[in-house]
Amino acid sequence: MTKQSADIESILERLDEIKAMPKPEHTREARALSVEQLSHAEAILQAWVLAHDGVPTNERKEGFRLLALHRQGAKGIPSFNACRESCREIVFQHNVVAASDQEAEQESALRLMTMVVRHLALFVSGKLQVAGLGEFCCASKPLRQSSEIISAPQNL
Amino acid sequence: MSGKYKEVAYYPGCALEGTAQSYDRSTKALGKALGLKTVELDNWNCCGAMEVKNIDPKIQTYLSARNLSIAEDMGFDTVMAPCNGCYHNLKKAEYDLENDTSSKEVNERLSSKAGHKTYEPGKVETIHALDWIKQSVGEEGLKEKVKNSLEGLKIANYYGCMYTRPRHIFPEKDKGEGSESTLKPHFMDDLLEAAGAENVEYPLKTACCGGAHALSDSDTSTRLVLNLIETAEACGADVIATECPTCHTGLEMHQIRAEKVLGRKTNVKILYFTQLLGLAMGLSPKAVGVHENFSDAMPLLKEKGLA
Repeated sequence: MTKQSADIESILERLDEIKAMPKPEHTREARALSVEQLSHAEAILQAWVLAHDGVPTNERKEGFRLLALHRQGAKGIPSFNACRESCREIVFQHNVVAASDQEAEQESALRLMTMVVRHLALFVSGKLQVAGLGEFCCASKPLRQSSEIISAPQNL
Repeated sequence: MSGKYKEVAYYPGCALEGTAQSYDRSTKALGKALGLKTVELDNWNCCGAMEVKNIDPKIQTYLSARNLSIAEDMGFDTVMAPCNGCYHNLKKAEYDLENDTSSKEVNERLSSKAGHKTYEPGKVETIHALDWIKQSVGEEGLKEKVKNSLEGLKIANYYGCMYTRPRHIFPEKDKGEGSESTLKPHFMDDLLEAAGAENVEYPLKTACCGGAHALSDSDTSTRLVLNLIETAEACGADVIATECPTCHTGLEMHQIRAEKVLGRKTNVKILYFTQLLGLAMGLSPKAVGVHENFSDAMPLLKEKGLA
């Protein structure tokens, strides 16, 4: 497991903790948890950029570093756009939590945000899982292809 | 009914002849119930899918262009592809032939070698099954034909990744009112709502299902699908409606695998939107191929008075 995917595993554990929080605590801490989840989403994309020998940007796009990181991560890797809408959804739910004064609405948006950040984590960790995996979408090499070739009978 | 797309060339593609027979069956049955006509392309070939595209995208362009050429020869100006992969590839071929000289040259050379007319971009429009119903019948037309309302059924609409990506091959989308959105697609939502269903807010409409990793890395696919399903359940959905055979199969198979491998049981049912609309039109579950799905929706459909 690479360092980046280990980092994402710890984020996934934290997301599980947030998901399991009792409703009163979840509601009370909605704004703080939303900010925290946004930073987790940034950390996930940062891991992706670092794994590709990039320097994660500190710029913002439409006011959000997450969207700038996504643009950076997708440069030259079109399949990474498969998580573009997830990033935008995270920003959207974050904005709902920040803007709403209705507890139920905040709580609901926060829960949806947790699931989307989780999906982003799973998607990116899947892509990072094995070095040399190739294009994730529709062009992935079999994960254990090289070992299978090595172990194939010599007379074949 | 607008009359637009009332009769279209039908390109089922490989999936609808194999793992997604229920999508093929329900698409045809729904069309018939709505008074729409589909004529299957003669001697169609693979759209180039993923495999050919990864080896040589220009050959994929040719393969898709050949299907468009067949539609033109049959006298059609519209071809309807229910499979997201086929839909995507035909749209991509159209774009590449318009914008990439090299793709155009390869298409001309291979068409000539194969002995058929070279497809010229702009002659045939490719549409998805969602466009077909939405533009030909529309919500109001559907409401008039509903015999068995989907009322009481809570649905998470899942569009998958290829219906809207990449945005540049879908110039008709994101054009404001009446057009499809690439950020938050809504055509399936609109149609199912017209049939009486209650759509839940689902934040992963276009998120990845791991379809490309279904065989090479099943664990990744299972975890992605489980999150899609658990999110749908958290949003209150009884059903995930699909419009892509790869997504549909992935959701069904990894729902089963998630229970076996991860011990995570989920109950949401997976149905094609054409099956749901067909049921709303009064067709029987068998007529729309519910029995051909892995996801056993019959108890739910009976409970909701749809079977």
